[in-house]
Amino acid sequence: MFHILRKTVKTQPSNMRLKHFFSLEWKSFFRSASFKMNLALKIIMLIFAFIMILYFLGLGVGAFYLIEKHLDADPLEVVNRFLIFYVFIDLVFRYFLQNMPIINIKPLLYLPIKKGKVVNFALNKTIISFFNCVHAFFFIPFSIVLVVEGYSIVNVIGWHLAIMGLIFCNNFINVFVNNKDVVFYGIIGSIITLIGLAYYDIFDITVYTAPVFQAFYNLPYLAIITIALAIVLYKTAFTYFRNNFYLDAGLAKKNVVAQTEDFTWLNRFGSMSTFLKNDIKLIKRNKRSKTTLMMSVIFLFYGLLFFTGAVEAYDGPFWRVFAGIFVTGGFLFSFGQFVPSWDSAYYPLMMSQNIKYKEYISSKWYLIVIATIVSTILSSFYLYFGWQAYAAVIVGGIYNVGVNAHIVLWGGAYIKTPIDLTSNKKAFGDKKAFNIKTLLLTIPKIVLPMILYAIGHFAVGELFGFALVAIVGLAGLLFRNKVFDIIEKIYKSEKYKTLKAYKQTN
Amino acid sequence: MITTANLSKTYGDKQVLNIEHLEIPKGQSFGLVGNNGAGKTTYFSLLLDLIQPTTGHIKNNNVLVHESEDWKPFTSAFIDETFLIGYLTPEEYFYFIGELRGQNKADVDSLIAQFEDFFHGEILGQKKYLRDLSKGNQKKAGIVAALIGNPEVIILDEPFANLDPTTQIRLKGIIKNLAEKQGVTVLVSSHDLMHVTEVCERIVVLEKGAVVKDLATNEATLKELEAHFSGSEVI
Repeated sequence: MFHILRKTVKTQPSNMRLKHFFSLEWKSFFRSASFKMNLALKIIMLIFAFIMILYFLGLGVGAFYLIEKHLDADPLEVVNRFLIFYVFIDLVFRYFLQNMPIINIKPLLYLPIKKGKVVNFALNKTIISFFNCVHAFFFIPFSIVLVVEGYSIVNVIGWHLAIMGLIFCNNFINVFVNNKDVVFYGIIGSIITLIGLAYYDIFDITVYTAPVFQAFYNLPYLAIITIALAIVLYKTAFTYFRNNFYLDAGLAKKNVVAQTEDFTWLNRFGSMSTFLKNDIKLIKRNKRSKTTLMMSVIFLFYGLLFFTGAVEAYDGPFWRVFAGIFVTGGFLFSFGQFVPSWDSAYYPLMMSQNIKYKEYISSKWYLIVIATIVSTILSSFYLYFGWQAYAAVIVGGIYNVGVNAHIVLWGGAYIKTPIDLTSNKKAFGDKKAFNIKTLLLTIPKIVLPMILYAIGHFAVGELFGFALVAIVGLAGLLFRNKVFDIIEKIYKSEKYKTLKAYKQTN
Repeated sequence: MITTANLSKTYGDKQVLNIEHLEIPKGQSFGLVGNNGAGKTTYFSLLLDLIQPTTGHIKNNNVLVHESEDWKPFTSAFIDETFLIGYLTPEEYFYFIGELRGQNKADVDSLIAQFEDFFHGEILGQKKYLRDLSKGNQKKAGIVAALIGNPEVIILDEPFANLDPTTQIRLKGIIKNLAEKQGVTVLVSSHDLMHVTEVCERIVVLEKGAVVKDLATNEATLKELEAHFSGSEVI
C-alpha cells in the first residue's frame, strides 16, 4: 500500500488524485479477510436498498393522490406537517445504519498529501451515500407530481431545494453526532416525547413546524437558508477533522485511571469465573462493548412501537412475538453474535493457552442469559399494555434463553470479523455496536418464533401460540451441551482461518 | 524436548519454511537468527499451532503439536502484542494468565515480585491499562506473563526489540537463569547478534526458510555470524 502511494506521489507530486483513495478503498474491500461474508452482505444490502428505493418511488408518485383521496386535504400541507418527524427519523436511521467514512489516518499523516484532501475525500464520500440518494426517489417524483397538479414550478423547486438542504444538514450532523452518544440519545428522547405529546394531543409540534416548511414553498428563495446551513455544517465538519488530524489532538485517547479489579464474588462460578471476570472487564472498559449495553436498554422500549399501536403495520398478532424477542434480546443480538470476535485482538494468546473451550463458551452463554433475564424483568412494565404484551415479553425471553442464545453463539463461530476494541483512537472509527450486519444476522432468529406463534395462534388461539413458543424455548435448553460440543468443534476446525482473519484489523 | 521433522510451510507456490530435522534438547537456550522473511516467526507460529504445517510435524515433549493440545500446559510464549489483553491492567493480565495456567493469586504475586527490577517501577501499580503502556513496557509485561506457571518451554519472538538498554541487560540475565538453573528450554529469535550470542548456547541461522548454520556458541561465534550476515564469509 505504501509502495503504491509513494510511487504515484512521485510521478505526480502535486496532484494526489481522488482515484488513489478510491483504489485504496477498493483494495481494502476486496482483500479483506471477511471478503466473502462482506460480499454476501453487500448483495443482501443491495436487495434491501432496491426495495427501499421502490417504496420511496411508489410513495413519491402516489403520496399526492393517496392523501388527496383519503384525507381530503392539501397534500403539500399534510406532507409539510410530518416533515419534521421525517427529518428527525432520517437522522436516527443514519445514526444506526449509515457508515462513517473510516480512514485510518496514521499511514496517511506523513505522506505528501494535503490533509485537507483526505478530510474532503472522507466527507465527500458521505455525500454520495445511499442515505442521501434514497430521499431523491421520494422528493423528485413528489415534486414532479406537484408541478403536474398545478403547483407553481418556481415555488416547488424552492421547496424541494430547501428539503434537500435539510437532508444534507442531517448528513453532516450525523458525521458529528456519530461520536457523541449523549447528543444522539437526546435526539431520540425528544422525538419519542414529541410524538407522544402529539399523539395524546397535549402539545403538537407540527403546528409550529408545518408553517416553516410551508414557508419554503410560499417563499422559494428561503431555500438559501437550509442550503447555507448545510454548507456551514460541511465547513464545520471539515475544520473539526482538519484540526484534529493529528494523532495526539482530538483523536488522542484519554488515559483513564485504571483500577485493578478482582471480582472475587464471581469465584463461585468455579473455573468459568476466569472468563466471566474477563468478559465483564471487556464490556466495562471498551467503548464499542459499552454501546452494546446501551443498545439493550434502548431495545427494552422497542416494544412500545408495537403495543401502543403507534405503528399500524405492527398491529398483527405475530408482531407481538417479534417485539418480545427484540425487547429481551438486545444484548443477545448485539453482543452474542460477535462471540468470539470480541476476543479477536488477542486470539493468538487464547489459542496458545490451555483453554477449556467449554468454559469459555459457557461464560459467554451465562453473560447472555443473565442479560436476557434482567431485560425480561425490566420489561415488566409491558404488563400495563395488557397480558398479551407481557406474555409476549416473557415467552420472548424464554425463547431467547433456550434457543437464540445457542444459535447466536453457533453463528458467531463463523463470523470472522475482527472487532477493534480500541476504535475510538481513529478519526472516524466504527464504534457502533448495532449496524446493518447485526440486523441481517438477527432476522432469521426472529422469523422462527413468529412462525411458531402463528401456527399456535391459528390452530387454537393466542394462549396456545405463546405456549408453543415457550415450549420450544424450554426444549432448546436440553440441547445446551450438544450445541456447546458443536461450537467447540467449529472453534477447533476453524481455528487457523479465524486466526488469519483476525490478523486484519480493518 | 522439541523435535522438528520434514517441516515445511508453503503459501501458494512460495515456500517460506523448510526444516528437515531439528532437535532442541531440554534445558537448552536456543537462538534463532535470520533476516526478515527468513522464517523465524513462521517457525514459532508453527510451534504454537497458530498456523498449519504444509508437510512434516513438530513434536513438543513427544506431543504432536498440530494434532493434540497437550503441549499447552507446559509451553508458553510471547510473540507480539496480540498476546496481550489491552483492556486489562498488567496485574489483572498476570492473574488471568495465572488462572489459565493453574496458579493462584499468591503464586503469581510471588513470581512477579522477583521481576521488580525488570519492571523498573513502570508496570505494577501504574493505574494504566496495558493498551496505554508504551511498546517497551507492554513487552516487559508480555515476557513476564510468559514465565507464569513454571512452563518447561518458553518461546520469545524478538524479546530484545523495543526494550531500553537496562532492561535488555536484565532480560539476558533472566533468560540465562531460566535455562542454566531451572532447566527450561528457551527459544529466542533476534536480529541482534550480540544479544543472542551472549544468551544462547546454540544458534541456528535461517535463510529463506532453511537452516544454513547450526552453531554451538563460543568466543568465535559472534565473528562468524557477523561475517555470515555481511556476506564476506571465508570458509
